Amino acid sequence: MYRYDEFDAAFVRDRVAQFSAQVERRLSGALTEDEFKPLRLQNGVYLQLHAYMLRIAIPYGTLSARQLRQLALIGERFDRGYGHFTTRQNLQFNWIQLKDVPEILSLLADVEMHAIQTSGNCIRNVTADQFAGVAADEIEDPRPVAELIRQWSTAHPEFSFLPRKFKIAVTGAEEDRAAVAVHDIGLRIVRHPETGETGYAVLVGGGLGRTPMVGKWVRDFLPKPHLLAYLEALMRVYNAEGRRDNKYKARVKILVHEIGIEAFRARVEAEFAQLDPQRIQADASEVERIARYFAPPAHADLPDNPPALRRARAANPDFDRWVEQNGFPHKVPGYQAVTLSLKGIGEAPGDISSAGMRLVADLADRYSFGEIRVTHAQNLVLPHIRQEDLHDLWQALAAGGLATANAGLITDIIACPGLDYCALATARSIPIAQALATRFAAPERQREIGPLAIKISGCINACGHHHVGHIGILGLEKRGEESYQITLGGDAGNASAIGEILGPGLVAGDVPDAIERLVAVYLAHRKPGEVFVESVRRLGIQPFKTAFNAEIRHDAA
Amino acid sequence: MTLLDRHGFRPDPFRRLPASEIAGHPAVILPLAELQSGLLVRTGGQRIGIDIANTVPAEEAASLANQVDLIAIAFPGFADGRGFTLGRRLRQAGFRGILRAVGPLIPDQFAYALACGFDEVELPDAVAARQGEAAWLADLSIYRHSYQRDYARGRNILDARRAARNGGAA
Repeated sequence: MYRYDEFDAAFVRDRVAQFSAQVERRLSGALTEDEFKPLRLQNGVYLQLHAYMLRIAIPYGTLSARQLRQLALIGERFDRGYGHFTTRQNLQFNWIQLKDVPEILSLLADVEMHAIQTSGNCIRNVTADQFAGVAADEIEDPRPVAELIRQWSTAHPEFSFLPRKFKIAVTGAEEDRAAVAVHDIGLRIVRHPETGETGYAVLVGGGLGRTPMVGKWVRDFLPKPHLLAYLEALMRVYNAEGRRDNKYKARVKILVHEIGIEAFRARVEAEFAQLDPQRIQADASEVERIARYFAPPAHADLPDNPPALRRARAANPDFDRWVEQNGFPHKVPGYQAVTLSLKGIGEAPGDISSAGMRLVADLADRYSFGEIRVTHAQNLVLPHIRQEDLHDLWQALAAGGLATANAGLITDIIACPGLDYCALATARSIPIAQALATRFAAPERQREIGPLAIKISGCINACGHHHVGHIGILGLEKRGEESYQITLGGDAGNASAIGEILGPGLVAGDVPDAIERLVAVYLAHRKPGEVFVESVRRLGIQPFKTAFNAEIRHDAA
Repeated sequence: MTLLDRHGFRPDPFRRLPASEIAGHPAVILPLAELQSGLLVRTGGQRIGIDIANTVPAEEAASLANQVDLIAIAFPGFADGRGFTLGRRLRQAGFRGILRAVGPLIPDQFAYALACGFDEVELPDAVAARQGEAAWLADLSIYRHSYQRDYARGRNILDARRAARNGGAA
């Protein structure tokens, strides 16, 4: 993984010093609260309902064991002994004191980490496929380009006061596991159909929030050496023309929607034509320097599906189920990537204790070349496990409560922090996730239902990605009460789609029954091998809507 | 208003006047609408600047680039970053005169403004009183290097790395 050189190291130190001075200027009154706010946000510091929150960047979701141990230490020393992984592969501490922030940032800098641009109206942390460098369907590892964009976008002089936040995601695989179509810019590494050269296909104007939109293709093929100049041109058009009169209409998706993708494309190309890509792009040797850090670790020459694994799976059904459900095929024979679910039944999705972090760090050192990934589904991944070690790993994880075999199943729920923490929230998310996980807890039942992504947001800003949940749940406030709106048929992958609303909002207590009714429609009508969202696509929303609403009317009568 | 450049606060040699009153003043700033009438009565050696909004389209801005000695771009609020892009576009279009940011910027934007091609900032006096000269100058030396290439910032990380690779000094 990427290691800071002297320049990166100096930069994050300078940033810590700068923020410390900004805090002092705020305390002295030199900076007003309004002036200080974007500065603290661009350093990851939010003022939440009960305390300050610090959001730490985990660029493209790659973490080292050493970094995770440091996060464990910070959680213990400055929070309540745990942290929360977010839907953008970041980590949040929810109980931070403002006075401690400079010291925390300094501890992060010690392990080549920061909280730069995890919030604010700037280019945010770049996200990527959590199985980068692992997946067999990968054209190229997306992390080198994600790192290049991280550097280019850091403290950008022109793009630090944008109309609104700006999120970029990259994938190098055929299957989109990074939800690139619901980002302001989505980059897909593609091969040119004629020359075979690798470059980027560029999506623009995707996003969730109040006005969910799927991104549109703005460039089919961008040669690699043009990337940064093209991004600069696109950002310039957005910075100049994105709306600033209404924060809810300020994302680039609204600009693209209002002027149309053709006009937007023409403006970006006109701007791009005036730039000299060579002057802006990192030179080839620099790109290579970055890429070398992401070279595959020294995998051993091993057979696939070794006898030890087969025996252990046959002897232990729980282990077998965990490998089946949480395993992900590795492109190197004899290896496997595994998802460590942070969705234990009844737990808050994405939360992990400092003890849990240390356990994962130790196991990463022992079994996975010291490397950990964070997923946008709020789980962790150990990317490089020898198949012969899987059983030992599983036992160690199980002892720490981190071996829940539910990756991708109905209890692997994405949820934002909601009204339990967040100042923007209109309803709670975590208790809904807990109630649903408890309702569907039985492993046999989860397996029978199969892959089903439930995503919960506690307000219209959609941090829980409810629009792209196979089942989405949006918590609103109606006449002083929490009310949950259910959507169906969203998809964050290749078939990206925004879910449709099923009917009137529900009170919290009625949500599990409503989800049961939707699942029952699926189970009754599915074809062999058809997963939930495929059935929804085939059947249409109507049978689900009928089942959903029938019961509500009955209740009201 | 208080004027500031990379060396600190300094007196403003320019005066804002309508085109009809510029005679005898060595350096004046006109409203954009009065530029042509101002140019008609301009005397030799007289420096002429204009005030423009941050919404002026790129092409229109480019056509101004060869006509005036100073372009002052309004920043209605510090969080409105359009001026950074407009400044950058003017420099790209070949404007070599003085580029001025006008409005309640904060010191934490000073290095950004210079990197985007600005020479100076004209601040409301209340802002200058609250955020003194030292705070502005401090912003210029916070980062030893920065990541972006082709911005008017001295020390760029990518080029420093290349120099280091080639055995030269950064």
